[in-house]
Amino acid sequence: MSDLEPFRAETRAWLEANCPEEMRQPMKSQSEHCWGGRKWEFQSEAQKVWLERMADKGWTAPQWPKEYGGGGLTPEEAAILDEEMKRINARTPVSNFGFWMLGPALLKFGSEELKRQHLPPICRGEIRWCQGYSEPNAGSDLASLQTRAEDKGDHFLVNGQKIWTSYADKADWIFCLVRTDPNATKHNGISFVLFDMESEGVTTRPIELISGESPFCETFFDDVKVDKDQVVGELNRGWDVAKYLLTHERNNIGGEPPGFLKGRALGPLAAEYVGTENGKLADTALRADIARLEIDQIAFTALVGKIRAEAEAGQGVGAQSAVLKYYGTELNKRRYEVMMDALGAEGLEWDSERTMGGLYAREWLRSKGNSIEGGTSEVMLGIVSKRLLGLPDA
Amino acid sequence: MKLNDEQQMLQDSVARLMADKGPVSHLRQLRDENNEKGYDEPLWQAMVEAGLTGILVPEEHGGIGFGLVGAGLVAREIGRNLSVTPFLSSAVLGAAALSAGGSDAQKAEWLPAIAEGRAITALAVDDGAKHRPEAIQARVENGTLSGAKLLVLDGHVADLLLVAAQGDNGAGLYLVDPNAGGVTIERTRMADDRNAARVRFDNAPAEAMADGAAALDAALRAGRAVLAAELSGLALEVFERTLAYLKERKQFGRLIGTFQALQHRAALLSGEVAMSEALAMQALDACDRGAEDADQLVLAAKSKAAKVALLAGQEGVQMHGGIGMTDEFDIGFFLKRARAGGETLGDANYCADRFAALRGY
Repeated sequence: MSDLEPFRAETRAWLEANCPEEMRQPMKSQSEHCWGGRKWEFQSEAQKVWLERMADKGWTAPQWPKEYGGGGLTPEEAAILDEEMKRINARTPVSNFGFWMLGPALLKFGSEELKRQHLPPICRGEIRWCQGYSEPNAGSDLASLQTRAEDKGDHFLVNGQKIWTSYADKADWIFCLVRTDPNATKHNGISFVLFDMESEGVTTRPIELISGESPFCETFFDDVKVDKDQVVGELNRGWDVAKYLLTHERNNIGGEPPGFLKGRALGPLAAEYVGTENGKLADTALRADIARLEIDQIAFTALVGKIRAEAEAGQGVGAQSAVLKYYGTELNKRRYEVMMDALGAEGLEWDSERTMGGLYAREWLRSKGNSIEGGTSEVMLGIVSKRLLGLPDA
Repeated sequence: MKLNDEQQMLQDSVARLMADKGPVSHLRQLRDENNEKGYDEPLWQAMVEAGLTGILVPEEHGGIGFGLVGAGLVAREIGRNLSVTPFLSSAVLGAAALSAGGSDAQKAEWLPAIAEGRAITALAVDDGAKHRPEAIQARVENGTLSGAKLLVLDGHVADLLLVAAQGDNGAGLYLVDPNAGGVTIERTRMADDRNAARVRFDNAPAEAMADGAAALDAALRAGRAVLAAELSGLALEVFERTLAYLKERKQFGRLIGTFQALQHRAALLSGEVAMSEALAMQALDACDRGAEDADQLVLAAKSKAAKVALLAGQEGVQMHGGIGMTDEFDIGFFLKRARAGGETLGDANYCADRFAALRGY
């Protein structure tokens, strides 16, 4: 470990010198997050400078290879960078679906040309990506998707509709699952293609959620031309890429919840609202709920640690990601329920300044989607029972 | 945490020993013959020979000083097989208490005896039906102890009683000879067919420890952590037996494991068991490392394991259907032990309450 100390010292010094003071303040809400992209309007000079400096170092994607704009760091070095950023509360300079999803897919399945075309603009925060998976009739049963890409010789012609496309109205490019062989069995005729959201024939319509926010869109494709070199992995083998990414996505869930509750302990929060008697929360039933939730959270964290340690020992996370996804999201929903119990009437205010525009209620409602998006809890339990427990199909 | 090579070897050898010499059938036999000692003597001797009775005893006192992770690994296999021995009362509670709070003379007298299996100790804490060590009722005055205790594990076969009582400096443990005048022991067979006793003390001679409060704390911490491991092992065993049953039992012309209602229950149980196990090991490890949050983790682990073991027992019986309700079938033994083990040294509610207090709310 000691041979990493020089790296830690250099990293610390560089961050001290280069991270603007404003970028060391905790975000008041998710709206201060930098998503990047062609349409992005920087909220401050500091946000812009911070992104440029980090991108120049390759540290917006610390572990991606340097030739594609990444930092080329080892996992150990990346962990140190992460620790050092946390130490000064440095904000993530930029992130979007390009980092979480497309990048890992391209690095594993993409051609050299595609990597060189798409990875550097992601790293510099110039192109913001969205994900075109679900369709109105292909939710949990994703592989039944019907959006078609017809081979027109020198290009594909894409027709169909996607739904739950995250920030499709703000994204520049989309990675999209389309059916390229309508005669193959349902998992075998799908391809993973990339195209510009400004292409003719693409329209988006935001969907308002129960939280009042619109992070998702309906997206329509009407004779959209897609270059044939924009297929990731083999033609008709897009399901392999999709499956890899779903596992990757589920893997990233768990641990600390995002948003308001990040780093907030429920006990002291509840004490502010329900009061205390003899040093204990005055609402004893709420106190018990919080204790049980925190115990379950600690147990979950212990399991995550164990699964990750086994994965590092070469056993792979595999279907265990379904366990993490299930419990991570269910626990997060429970946390928000308990939070709402604690906050009482104040938690219900929908637009007051006191509640940062109804942040509590909106995040509580948004959390309900956690156990639906990326594979429902019921789909996760199905994966666990069949792939981990070996229970037979009907 | 991950096991090191030494710990992995211990786990493998203990797993073989318990499956071989301490299976569930022995518990059934002990019960059926209403065995006078109430524990599996041949297994206990084998554990003595393997050095397991000295797992927490420091090497200078003839033990192997393997720490709580080691004791937890033994307890896990005890849980899987429902092996019946005084391991918890003597090798864990007795050794932890004496190591932490015994005088040099007390350590020299009792720790080698525990390690070599020459003596069995029993811990007497509870004054009432619920575990409340913050409000100990029994009292020591002028060197004699008065009060009444229950759920004294292995109390009727013990060579030494470690009794929690109020003294001049608050509550702590005292050493009492079970054969001394003023000590009345009533063996109470419990629902899980384990030994417990109600013990009355009427001015019984009591010997103070060097630090009786530290001894009590250490015993409770070690006992809860080790019980968390035992209960997690128990839950794992019930889960595996139940899963196997889902793959062999047919109804409506197909395996019941094809029904989604049962698949999802099995999946949920598997996750709960995995979390209980992971947390128990983390708590044991935190104790061995002397981590700052060790007490919180132990309370969390015991609370979680008590809940999960009971859930496993209930789900195990339910998913086995009618046969799960029969005495002839073993699954019910696990349910009974889950409840008794869960109650011992603080149930899930008690541990959650103390956990909350340590977390400051």
